Amino acid sequence: MGLERASKYVLALILLAIFPIGLLSASALAADAVPSATAESVSPATSIEQALIDVKSDDVAVRDKAVALLIENGDASLIPKLDEIRAEADRVVRLAIKPVIDLLKNHANLTSEQADTRRSAAADLVGAGRPEAITWLEAAAAKEQVWWVKYTMEESAQLIQLRSEDHAVKLSAIKKLGELRSLNGLSALKELLEAGTQSGATEQQRALVDSVQASIGQIDSWSWWAGSIETLFRGISLSSILLIMSLGLAIVFGLMGVINMAHGELMMVGAYATFITQQAFVAWFSPENFDWYFPVALPVAFLSAALFGWVLEATVIRFLYGRLLETLLATWGVSLILMQAARVYFGDLTAVVAPQALRGGAQVMVGVYLPYNRIFIIILSIVCVLGIYFLLFRSNLGVRVRSVTQNRNMSACLGIPTRKVDSYTFAFASGLAGIAGWALTMVGNVDPGLGQNYIVDAFMVVVTGGVGKLAGTIWASLGIGGLNKLIEPISGAVYGKVFILVGVILFLQWRPQGLFAAKGRNADA
Amino acid sequence: MPEQVVTHQDSRETLLLYAVGVLFLIVVPLLNILPTEDSWLHISDFRLNQFGKFLAFAILALGLDLIWGYCGVLSMGQGVFFGFGAYCMGMYLTLQIGKESVYGSELPDFMVWTQVKELPLFWYPFKSFVGGFLGAILVPALFATIFGFLAFRSRIKGVYFAIITQALAFAAWLVFNRNETRLGGTNGLTDFKQLLGYRLSDPSTQRGLYIITVVALIASYLVCRWIVASRAGKVLIAIRDSESRVTFSGYTPWMFKLFVFVVAAGLAGLAGMLYVPQVGIITPAQIGVLPSLEVVIWVAVGGRGTLIGAILGAVAVNYGRSVLTNYFPEAWPFILGGLFVIVVTMFPDGLLGMIRKLTDRKKTPTPLIKAEGSTAA
Repeated sequence: MGLERASKYVLALILLAIFPIGLLSASALAADAVPSATAESVSPATSIEQALIDVKSDDVAVRDKAVALLIENGDASLIPKLDEIRAEADRVVRLAIKPVIDLLKNHANLTSEQADTRRSAAADLVGAGRPEAITWLEAAAAKEQVWWVKYTMEESAQLIQLRSEDHAVKLSAIKKLGELRSLNGLSALKELLEAGTQSGATEQQRALVDSVQASIGQIDSWSWWAGSIETLFRGISLSSILLIMSLGLAIVFGLMGVINMAHGELMMVGAYATFITQQAFVAWFSPENFDWYFPVALPVAFLSAALFGWVLEATVIRFLYGRLLETLLATWGVSLILMQAARVYFGDLTAVVAPQALRGGAQVMVGVYLPYNRIFIIILSIVCVLGIYFLLFRSNLGVRVRSVTQNRNMSACLGIPTRKVDSYTFAFASGLAGIAGWALTMVGNVDPGLGQNYIVDAFMVVVTGGVGKLAGTIWASLGIGGLNKLIEPISGAVYGKVFILVGVILFLQWRPQGLFAAKGRNADA
Repeated sequence: MPEQVVTHQDSRETLLLYAVGVLFLIVVPLLNILPTEDSWLHISDFRLNQFGKFLAFAILALGLDLIWGYCGVLSMGQGVFFGFGAYCMGMYLTLQIGKESVYGSELPDFMVWTQVKELPLFWYPFKSFVGGFLGAILVPALFATIFGFLAFRSRIKGVYFAIITQALAFAAWLVFNRNETRLGGTNGLTDFKQLLGYRLSDPSTQRGLYIITVVALIASYLVCRWIVASRAGKVLIAIRDSESRVTFSGYTPWMFKLFVFVVAAGLAGLAGMLYVPQVGIITPAQIGVLPSLEVVIWVAVGGRGTLIGAILGAVAVNYGRSVLTNYFPEAWPFILGGLFVIVVTMFPDGLLGMIRKLTDRKKTPTPLIKAEGSTAA
C-alpha cells in the first residue's frame, strides 16, 4: 500500500524535476536562436532557404532531398520557421517535417547547459535512426564531461550503427554495445539473435549470432548485478526508515518497559508539523526561500512530537508503570484519537513538496539509479544512530538513562531522579518519532495513516532485536527491511509480509528474547 | 465442586444471570412476535437481528476473556479466528446461492469476475453444512494450535505475544484482501440466500438464528465457567499472577496457555459462524488489527477476569456504538480511543467492577486483577 503510494510520489517528483528542466531548455533554445541566425544568414543560407521551400513540395523525391539537406546543415534557428510551415501544411508534409524538427532540437540540445537535457537528447536521437546523428553524438561525446551523459551518447551512437547495412559496422556495434553493457540495446540484440537463428536466415545474419550472444551474455550478467545492487539499496533504504522508527520505540521499551502504540502517530505529528511549516513558508516568505522550510521543519517536527510525547507521558503513561499490557492498550487508544483528529482536521491527503536538493537521483552506474530522497534517509538514520550512541554512552543523561534501565530502584537510591529521566527520555524518543515523520514526508504523502504503514514492521524489529539494545535494533531493522525487499520481487509485497511474520516467529523459537537478549540477573526483570 | 466456587462468589449474581438468560432466550423473541408493531413493548426485526449480532460478539469476547482475563495472555489477533469461522460459514452460504447468483453460474459471483473457471479444491468441504459447521470451529482451533504451539513453547510472553498476534492480524488482513486467495478479495463474501433451505431474508429465520445464538452463548458461558472453576482454571489464574512460580511448582505453563488459546480460538470461530448469516456479509475489514483490538476493549470495559463482564462489555460497547455512530459518525474513533485510555487508567475492573463496588459496599472490595508486573516480562 505504502509502496504504491511511494512510487506514485516518486513519479510526481520526477515530473516536478523535469518541469524546470524543460523550461530551461526552451529558454536555452531561444538564446541560441539569435546569434546563429545572424551568422547563418551570411553564407549558404540560400540552399537552406531553398530546402525550406522544397519541403512543402508534393514530389516525394524533392521533399526527401530537402529534408536530408535540412538535417545535414540546419540548426535550431530553423525550428520556428519549420513550425510555421508545419502549422500551415497538410498531413503528408507535417509528417515529413516532424522528424526534422525533433532532430534539430535534439542536435541543439546536445550542447545544452543542463546535463539531463543533453542526455535525453542523446537518447531521443536513437528513435529517428538517422546516420547523421552518429557524427553529432560522437562529436558531443568527445567533449562531454559527465560520464553518464557521455555513456548515453556513445550508447546511442552504437544503437544507430546497429541498424546499419554494413556488416563490419554492425559487428563492431554489437561488440561495443556488449562492452557498454547497454540495457537499452538488449531488445535490438535479441531481435538480431532471433533473426539469425531462424531457419530462413541469410548467411550474413548467421555470422552475427556468436557475437550477439556474447554481448547479450555480458549485458545480462551486468543487469543481474545492477538489479541486485538496486534491491540491496531499496532494502537498506527501508531498513533505515524502520531503524529511525524503532530506535525511539526500543529506547522507551528498554527504559520503562512501555510499548508505545502511539509511536506511529507521533511520527504523523512530525509529518504534519513539516507540512504546516511548509504552508507557513508558502504564506509568509518569498518563493526563493521556499526550500528553507525543510531544514526549519526539523526542529519544529522534533519539538512538536516531543511535546506530544511529554504530555502523553505525564497524563497517561505515568499511571501505568509496571503494567505493560495496559500501557499498550492505553497508547493504542491515544493513537486512535490522534489519527481521527488528524483526519478531521487535515482531511485525508496532503503532501509536502521536496526541496530542490532532494529531487531526482544519482546514476551511479549503468542500470543503477539511486533517488536522492532515499539516500537522504539512509544518511539521516546513520546520523540518528550516532547521535543516540553519543547521547546514551557519552553523556551524563545517558549514564542516568542506562542506570535506570538496568535497575530502577537502585538508581533511585543513588539519587537519580528516575521520574524525570523517564519523562525526558519519553519526550526525546517521541521527538525521534517526529524526525522520522519529517523524513518520511520525502518518500510519501502526509496522511493520517502514515504511522500505521510501518508500525507493525517497526514492532517486529523491536521484538526481534531484543529489549532496549541499540545493536539489536540496528541488526533487526537491517534484517527485516532487507528481507522485505528481497522477498518482494519473488512473491509480492503481501506474501513478503507473511513470510517475515513466519520468519520472526521461527526466529523467536531459536532466540526467544531476541537477537541481543539481556543476560544474567537482568534477564527476567 | 465447580458450582460451589462460583456460587461462593456471589449467589445473587448467578440468579441474576439465569434471569438475564431467560430474558434473552424467551422474552425478547416473544416481544418480537406478540405485540403489535406500534406497541412500545415491540422489538423490531432489525433490533432483534442487531441483538443477535451483539450476542455473537459476546461469544468472541468470552474467548478473549478466558485467555486474557484469566490467563493474562493478551491476544490481539482474535479477529483472525473470528474471521476464519465467519469465512468457513460464509463459504458454505456462498455455495448455497447456487444458480440464484447474479451470473446464474454455479460458481460464486466473484469467481466469475476474476475468471476462475473451476471451484478451488479447498472450497469443496464447504458444499455441505457439516463441512461449514465443523470448519468454522476446527479451522481456527487448528490454526491456533499451530500458532500457539510455536509461540508458547518458545516462551513468547506478555507484550511480545501481543505484538506477534497483532502482526498476525495484519498479515491475515493483507492475505484475505488478495483476490488470488479465492475468498472474494476486499468485497468478501455476501449476498447469501439460504441456510439449510430456510430463506435468510425471512424474519422467522432470523428469529431462529437469534435463538440459536443465545443458546450458543449460554453454552459457551457454561463451558467457560466450567473451565475456570476446574483445577486447570486455577492453574490459569496462577499463571496470570506469577508464571515463574507455576513453573517452579512443577507445572508446564505453556500447555495450559495453549489449551486456553485454542478454546478461545474455537469460541471466536463459533462467534464468526453465528455472525455471518445474521449480518449477511463477511469482509477482510472484520479481520484486521482494529477489529481484533475492539474485542479487547469490550472485555476491558465489561471487566476482565469475569465471564459476565466480557458478555456485558461486548453488548454495551456495541450497543453504544450503534447508537452513537447514528448521531455522531465522526466521533466514534474518539470515543473508542477515549474508552481505551479511561478504562485502562481509571477502571481496570471495568463496568462489572464498578457495579460490584456499588452493590457490595459492606464487603471489602477485592480487586479482580492484580498489578500485572509478573505477566509482563
